[in-house]
Amino acid sequence: MKAILALENGTWYEGEAAGAPGEAGGEVVFNTSMTGYQEVLTDPSYKGQIVTMTCPEIGNYGIAEDDRESRAPQVAGFVIRDQSPVASNWRSEETLRDYLVRSGVVAISDIDTRALTRVLRSTGVMRGIIATGEVDPRALVDKARNVAPMEGADLVLDVTCDAPFDWQPVPQDEFTPSAQRQPTRALRIAAYDYGMKWNILRRFTAYGCDVRVFPATAPASDLLASKPDGVFLSNGPGDPAALGYAIHNARELMKEDVPIFGICLGHQILSLAMGAETYKLKFGHRGANHPVKELETGRVEITSQNHGFAVNAETVPDDVKITHLNLYDGTVEGLRHATKPVFCVQYHPEAAPGPHDADYLFRQFLDEMEKR
Amino acid sequence: MPKRTDIKRVLVIGSGPIVIGQACEFDYSGTQACKALKAEGLEVVLVNSNPATIMTDPEIADRTYVEPLTPEVLAAIIERERPDAVLPTVGGQTALNLAVALAERGTLAKYNVQLIGASVDAIMVAEDRLKFRDAMREIGADVPESRYVRSLAEALEAADALGFPIIIRPSFTLGGVGGGIAYNIEEFREIAGRGLDMSPVHEVLLEESVIGWKEFELEVMRDCADNFVVICSIENVDPMGVHTGDSITVAPALTLTDKEYQRMRDLARRIIRRVGVETGGSNIQFAINPDDGRIIVIEMNPRVSRSSALASKATGFPIAKIAAKLALGYHLDEIPNDITRLTPASFEPTIDYVVVKVPRWAFEKFPRADRTLTTQMKSVGEVMAIGRTFKEAFMKAFRSLELGAAGLLFGQEDRRVDEGLTAEEEEGALQRELSVPNDRRMWAVFRALERGWTPEELHELTKIDRWFLVQFSQLVELQRSAALVGLRGMSTDLLRTLKRAGISDRELAGVLGCDEAAVRNARLETGMVAAYKRIDTCAAEFESFTPYLYGTFERECEADPSTRPKVVILGSGPNRIGQGLEFDYCCCHAAFALREEGFETVMINCNPETVSTDYDTVDRLYFEPLTFEDVSGIIAREQQAGGDVSCVVQYGGQTPLKLALSLQQAGIRILGTSPDSIDLAEDRERFAQLLWDLGIPQAPSGVATTPDDAREVAATIGFPLVVRPSYVLGGRAMAIVYDLAALDRYMVQAVAASPGRPILIDKFLEDAVELDVDAVADATGAVVIGGIMEHIEEAGIHSGDSSCVVPPHKIIDRHVALIRDYTRRIARALKVVGLMNAQFAIKDDTIYVLEVNPRASRTVPYLSKATGVPLAKVAARLMIGRTLAHLGLTEDLEVAGFFVKTPVFPFVRFPGVDTILGPEMKSTGEVMGAASTFGAAFAKAQLGAGVKLPATGTAFISVNNHDKPAVLQIARDLGEVGFTLVATRGTANYLRAHGLEADIVFKVNEGRPHVGDEILNNRIQLVINTPLGRESFFDDRTVRRIAMMHGVPCITTLTGAAATVNAIRSLNTEALTVRSLQEYHAETAPRKA
Repeated sequence: MKAILALENGTWYEGEAAGAPGEAGGEVVFNTSMTGYQEVLTDPSYKGQIVTMTCPEIGNYGIAEDDRESRAPQVAGFVIRDQSPVASNWRSEETLRDYLVRSGVVAISDIDTRALTRVLRSTGVMRGIIATGEVDPRALVDKARNVAPMEGADLVLDVTCDAPFDWQPVPQDEFTPSAQRQPTRALRIAAYDYGMKWNILRRFTAYGCDVRVFPATAPASDLLASKPDGVFLSNGPGDPAALGYAIHNARELMKEDVPIFGICLGHQILSLAMGAETYKLKFGHRGANHPVKELETGRVEITSQNHGFAVNAETVPDDVKITHLNLYDGTVEGLRHATKPVFCVQYHPEAAPGPHDADYLFRQFLDEMEKR
Repeated sequence: MPKRTDIKRVLVIGSGPIVIGQACEFDYSGTQACKALKAEGLEVVLVNSNPATIMTDPEIADRTYVEPLTPEVLAAIIERERPDAVLPTVGGQTALNLAVALAERGTLAKYNVQLIGASVDAIMVAEDRLKFRDAMREIGADVPESRYVRSLAEALEAADALGFPIIIRPSFTLGGVGGGIAYNIEEFREIAGRGLDMSPVHEVLLEESVIGWKEFELEVMRDCADNFVVICSIENVDPMGVHTGDSITVAPALTLTDKEYQRMRDLARRIIRRVGVETGGSNIQFAINPDDGRIIVIEMNPRVSRSSALASKATGFPIAKIAAKLALGYHLDEIPNDITRLTPASFEPTIDYVVVKVPRWAFEKFPRADRTLTTQMKSVGEVMAIGRTFKEAFMKAFRSLELGAAGLLFGQEDRRVDEGLTAEEEEGALQRELSVPNDRRMWAVFRALERGWTPEELHELTKIDRWFLVQFSQLVELQRSAALVGLRGMSTDLLRTLKRAGISDRELAGVLGCDEAAVRNARLETGMVAAYKRIDTCAAEFESFTPYLYGTFERECEADPSTRPKVVILGSGPNRIGQGLEFDYCCCHAAFALREEGFETVMINCNPETVSTDYDTVDRLYFEPLTFEDVSGIIAREQQAGGDVSCVVQYGGQTPLKLALSLQQAGIRILGTSPDSIDLAEDRERFAQLLWDLGIPQAPSGVATTPDDAREVAATIGFPLVVRPSYVLGGRAMAIVYDLAALDRYMVQAVAASPGRPILIDKFLEDAVELDVDAVADATGAVVIGGIMEHIEEAGIHSGDSSCVVPPHKIIDRHVALIRDYTRRIARALKVVGLMNAQFAIKDDTIYVLEVNPRASRTVPYLSKATGVPLAKVAARLMIGRTLAHLGLTEDLEVAGFFVKTPVFPFVRFPGVDTILGPEMKSTGEVMGAASTFGAAFAKAQLGAGVKLPATGTAFISVNNHDKPAVLQIARDLGEVGFTLVATRGTANYLRAHGLEADIVFKVNEGRPHVGDEILNNRIQLVINTPLGRESFFDDRTVRRIAMMHGVPCITTLTGAAATVNAIRSLNTEALTVRSLQEYHAETAPRKA
């Protein structure tokens, strides 16, 4: 079946339907990771986005239950060059196509994804829509222009959990790197779920911590009432500036002497809470190869990234130190409060997909929690 | 300036001659490293015995030693140059082994030289399999069960414990020489015994077999701050059991989940740390069990490698260049990424295309060789292709191989018809071809798929991952649907799908039963042309500044050609015997010269091992197959901006020449000598007429298409004869016949192989002295002779397999003058503009022209190194209209000293193959020896080629009757330099009759101990054995084989023997001295180029 991807700039790409039939709109972004399409599909941070994989052969190793980052695919749509007709891996349970169809994800294949990526790189990310079957591309362009913009959108409410729950540790599989150390006492983390990737929880488990997960809208006092050794602010979708309640809660938490760690959206919320500002990047960082320099040691980490907004370095207050910088474009990748046990990174130390270079951040969080 | 300020002068070790397992990828990496070090302000001293390299161009290093790569010679260079450091990681296994030897001999300590890039400890951990195994276990990495043994008895004991199949890996041999897989105790005895013999330390590792597991490689880099990046992942389509150099490989890895991939990456990081490679690149190989995901580490190379050259070309990340900088103390984040300019080298390239590498073998040269692929590498070259999908890259790679009709995957001949096999026999043959890896296995896969076998059945037989097999079956499906509708009924959509799957016009024409032009026209009518995409290391995330391009049937083209006048240089494709590095060298020089002349240079080539495919070498690089479709597509695209486009075809060997006429017909301007002149020189009759008109002698010759014709020709010109098919490369299928019976046999075979193709028959000039001449000529008719190279071996040995020397040392002045005159007149008559190679033979005071090739020859780089004049560059300037006078070249070139070129052979890898030389070329590479006397130069060349000439000892002589008178002087000279002589009965009697002492030894079939036993018992140090006249006997072959496997020099020509004695005398009387090319060149008159 034919499919079309139309963009708000008036261009469209004809290809083949590669998932569920229908129409799906969202912000069109690209991801440059060569592995981990399943992790990408199920990452809640992609809510509202149509993800283009720059790696041309997708679906080769199928879908495996254990590789999910949330219950189901989260992307608004999926764009690829070539879809594998088979799933070839001993762990795989179904083909990508079956998974997309079953999950109702509209996808398109056989388009020039590199051309699309170049457009997104030079004009910036834009709204788009995928439709399968016989459709009028011009009408589709008009529809793309009516897709809700990402700026100012609170997408967290779509992906956060409904009620607090205790994360049930899953057995560590053979692929999981061992933790750098284990805690000397029982540690409990209270985590804000803005659309948390499961691998963050798996890493906390690997580091011997218990986690209680709270909805994004839960008041800070609920988290503090659980007497956590540390508080974690998760990744998630959308514009951080639209999350007034989350920023407010973060400020409340920072009044206490509890270690706080944030990743991605959590990092942006903490930054806003500390007085910095965020802005939208032209085409974001999405991939598994971004070099980040830890300024204190000078060490370079290859990191997993997925964000469309960033913290403006010039607005970072004096009592907050920039700890990590992106070596591609110099953007802020990590912050630490000068006096409070608060630190956060823009990228994804939990990887999934991507390198494990930044796993030490989980150990650092452990260190902070044990200090108290 | 470099971070390390303690290093001012560095010695870079090259990899020596091209051999199987170590090819021109090390010219690429070494050149990059030298350039990078020089750019950092260091003084670079280079040693490499291989003159056909770009790295030994005198401007690449400050001082260039084209000297044998032995510890003694390196010590002499170190003593003379006193470098602060040695960089051993860009010269392959050769350089690493030398570094270890220099450390062990105390040379490094004595002169206070440090190793950079890799420490001796790191090399030892990576190379010594036992140490490596222990190191891996220490960091929790799984390795195959293994035992290290030093005798056959120990080996047999270990075999019991490991169980079959067992992998046998000799320590410290190149490319797995002497190794293999044993499935039973018989095979095991044989392979283990051979491995023990061939290992320089007489050790082999016996290893648990993981045959059939998936095989992966990671190319990784680390800097001295412990920053670590993976440059590229490579997946082997052929599972474990086939050497990675013989495997079809693909980048990136395509069948790994992120979890599996990251686990491998984590392991790689721990491995490079544990092995202790502090700076630079490494290659790490892994095997993964497809059934349960168990991962084991196979090996690690603490240096740049063939795979890292591939990874560099596949990603655009210049590993060798960066490795050199890291060795100086830079951190990865301090080095910019050349392609994006704004981002640093501390990242992991991500690619939005698929790269496929396919090896190219030369089994047609070694008909008796075993074509089974095992752990010992057998291929001589490789191609790489890039496409947006695996299918596209795969199909492009296969057409890049240039295998002609034999290369076509679709619609292969039906062996039930062609070879008269029954259906059952055919099926059995197919099963064997699929289950036992061999060079034709991929064709068997396609044959089976066309026959309706399923990917699942093929997986059972081949263990190739199902994903790949399904891709192949999709290709077969596509061609089936094409065949169904035919060209007329084909929709644009289907045509587009076929083209996007990488199927060429020619392949499609084969499927559709029409000609290529019809497909091409149908395609062009719909406006369907290839788009060109950039290789940018980052999947388009950032802008790229280097036009490194590949073609694909996609929507957007990023070629963005300029309006500048440009020259397209066609490369030489995959390395093969007869067409190797020398031609890539020439192509690079064309690019350098034309860039200096202000042209925009465009390179098209598909060989990832080369300097020509370095994006630095030219202004615009197209990594594409060298077929008419691909080349003309690129030229058409380059023409679109309006700039004048012309094309160089005379530098890349036969590959571009095959395209010359069709390109010219398509209206593309060919620079230099016209394709018609090239054809004239190739065309026997036209060329004979030309020589007749010029009054230049040529050996009597004729042409025949049937055995009867051939008999007639033989009757007129008389035996012996040289016979060969027309238009061949490297003397393919060429033979010398001495009688009618042999002629008939040859003709019957030839006619059966290609009916109707003419066979060329020449009088064989027995015992003649052969010479090669390279000259350059301009459009005004001026000709400068670059040099006259005298072959050491007499006529009948392919010129590529003969040692030669410049200047000629035995030719009288009158003959030299005549050769110069002939060369000039022929060049003018052919209207040569550019390079010309001519071969002559002198017999009985007559000089015959053997052949003339108005194009780059194999000897151009060697001669350029000897004379100091870059002939290929000069010729390129002549092609765009400069004159020799303008370039200041008015006299024929001179050399200071003697320069000997000696070939190296791959026989050691092909058990059972005779080592005798003949008219069919068999060498893979060459070395040069330079000195002030012929003897010393020849000795150095032998040393460089790995021939260990004995200072004294016992020489075994066995020559045919024809050679007996001439062997007397050699025998006398041998006695004089202190050798004892032994000989077979006939030769001994002859020697004794002429007053020489010689003991008799038995021939192999005469009783024991025979000559073979004596060689094995170290009682013979030199073998002189000329084939018994017209037929080569088993006995001779056995002797030669034993000598070679035992490292005893075996000389099969008398002229070679004379030169060898000369060399031994020189070794015994003169101290070995070293001298840089720059010093030699300073002695000849300075010339402009």
